[in-house]
Amino acid sequence: MHRFANPTRFLRIAAAVQPWVMWITVALFGAGLYMALFTAPADYQQGESVRIMYVHVPAAWMGMFCYAAMAVASAVALIWKHPLADVAAKATAPVGAAFTFLSLATGSLWGKPMWGTWWVWDARLTSMLILLFLYVGYMALQGAFDDRARGAKASAILALVGAVNLPIIKFSVDWWNTLHQPASVIKMGGPSIHASMLWPLLLLALAYKGYYIWVLLVRMREELTANKVRILRLKQVHGG
Amino acid sequence: MSAFFTLVRRDLSLAFRQGFDSLMVVAFFVIAVVLFPFGVGPEPNTLARIAAGTIWVAALLASMLSLERLFQTDYEDGTLELLALAPVPLEVTVIAKVVAHWLTTGLPLILTAPLLAVLMQLPSEGYLVLIAALSLGTPTLSLIGAVGAALILGSRRGGVLLSLLVLPLYIPVLIFGVSAVDAAIGDMGVRPHLLILAALFVGTLALTPWASAAALRQALE
Repeated sequence: MHRFANPTRFLRIAAAVQPWVMWITVALFGAGLYMALFTAPADYQQGESVRIMYVHVPAAWMGMFCYAAMAVASAVALIWKHPLADVAAKATAPVGAAFTFLSLATGSLWGKPMWGTWWVWDARLTSMLILLFLYVGYMALQGAFDDRARGAKASAILALVGAVNLPIIKFSVDWWNTLHQPASVIKMGGPSIHASMLWPLLLLALAYKGYYIWVLLVRMREELTANKVRILRLKQVHGG
Repeated sequence: MSAFFTLVRRDLSLAFRQGFDSLMVVAFFVIAVVLFPFGVGPEPNTLARIAAGTIWVAALLASMLSLERLFQTDYEDGTLELLALAPVPLEVTVIAKVVAHWLTTGLPLILTAPLLAVLMQLPSEGYLVLIAALSLGTPTLSLIGAVGAALILGSRRGGVLLSLLVLPLYIPVLIFGVSAVDAAIGDMGVRPHLLILAALFVGTLALTPWASAAALRQALE
């Protein structure tokens, strides 16, 4: 891993890989969306609105995946002081928050025709909402310091604390929900999902993942470049 | 161990001499709860239904209110650097400060809670459990809060930021604290809820001092 700790080498590899990732992502989105919107059957109960699932479920997966990625990157940054891990964690946060928000928004759009309301205090929805708060706290803490290195370190610790807490929060929300809610609101992910619906779902999940990698590369390159610019500016001022 | 108690004593005497900090927390706690009857109406059944929840939410906010100063003054006047250089591990220092924080905020909250329970028409079966749940829950709040308080040292807009960091992490305590009281009122088993609260306390006691100490170290670098 330390072979890739060199930002210059990373920039070279990233520049080479990025167009590939982009085209693969575009292809996956094209295939996945086509299957989801045209070839997948409408649900016998939910009708056409079931198609929201294909954008909703992968977004929720990615919301959680990004938090895990952020926590791992933060741990690597704290333990090994890997210079790119900080950058990766910082670049991941807004993307993860966006996915989480997207899953909440599409879930609410799906909930209106299905459950008759925009929002129910269902365990999954509530957990995702809290996850969004954790992302917002992370980003707020990162931006709250004049010294960027301190923001990075403080938010790395917060990401780890949050990662330990997330399962506990998830568990307690499940508990709370069974106490306060009749459990019949949604019976999602029934016993089996037919292949004609599973394929577009998996394709879109891969497409989302590809999109994440693509944006991650763009954002990391941007961040590294911005760092360079800042150092050059400082040099200019001091060397004056 | 003597260093530990010296630190606790120091923080306590500072808190008492600097005046009304604990009283302010209690006053906030009372006022926040008293606002609810104006919001939902004075109907006793409604109040009894939301009593446990409002008291817990107000306790959460009140204990968060005083967190900002947990490390802030020591950070500003340089005491924190001396504490970090002392032979006592920073983790122990953190626990000592948390103990002092709990004695000046958590304990007054627990003592005030029965009064508010009367005002909120909480059924009498819930009183003991409310106090037990608060006794198990408020130390957890102080411990989790210490991580947030250490993270925001030296930041802009510390107070608002602190609430954003800490409140989501408080949710498990809130859920089990309220459900313990609800279970007592509904004549169901209270034990599992209290056990989980105790587990949360023990878990945070074991884990959060490391995170707080790490946060303090990076703040002092």
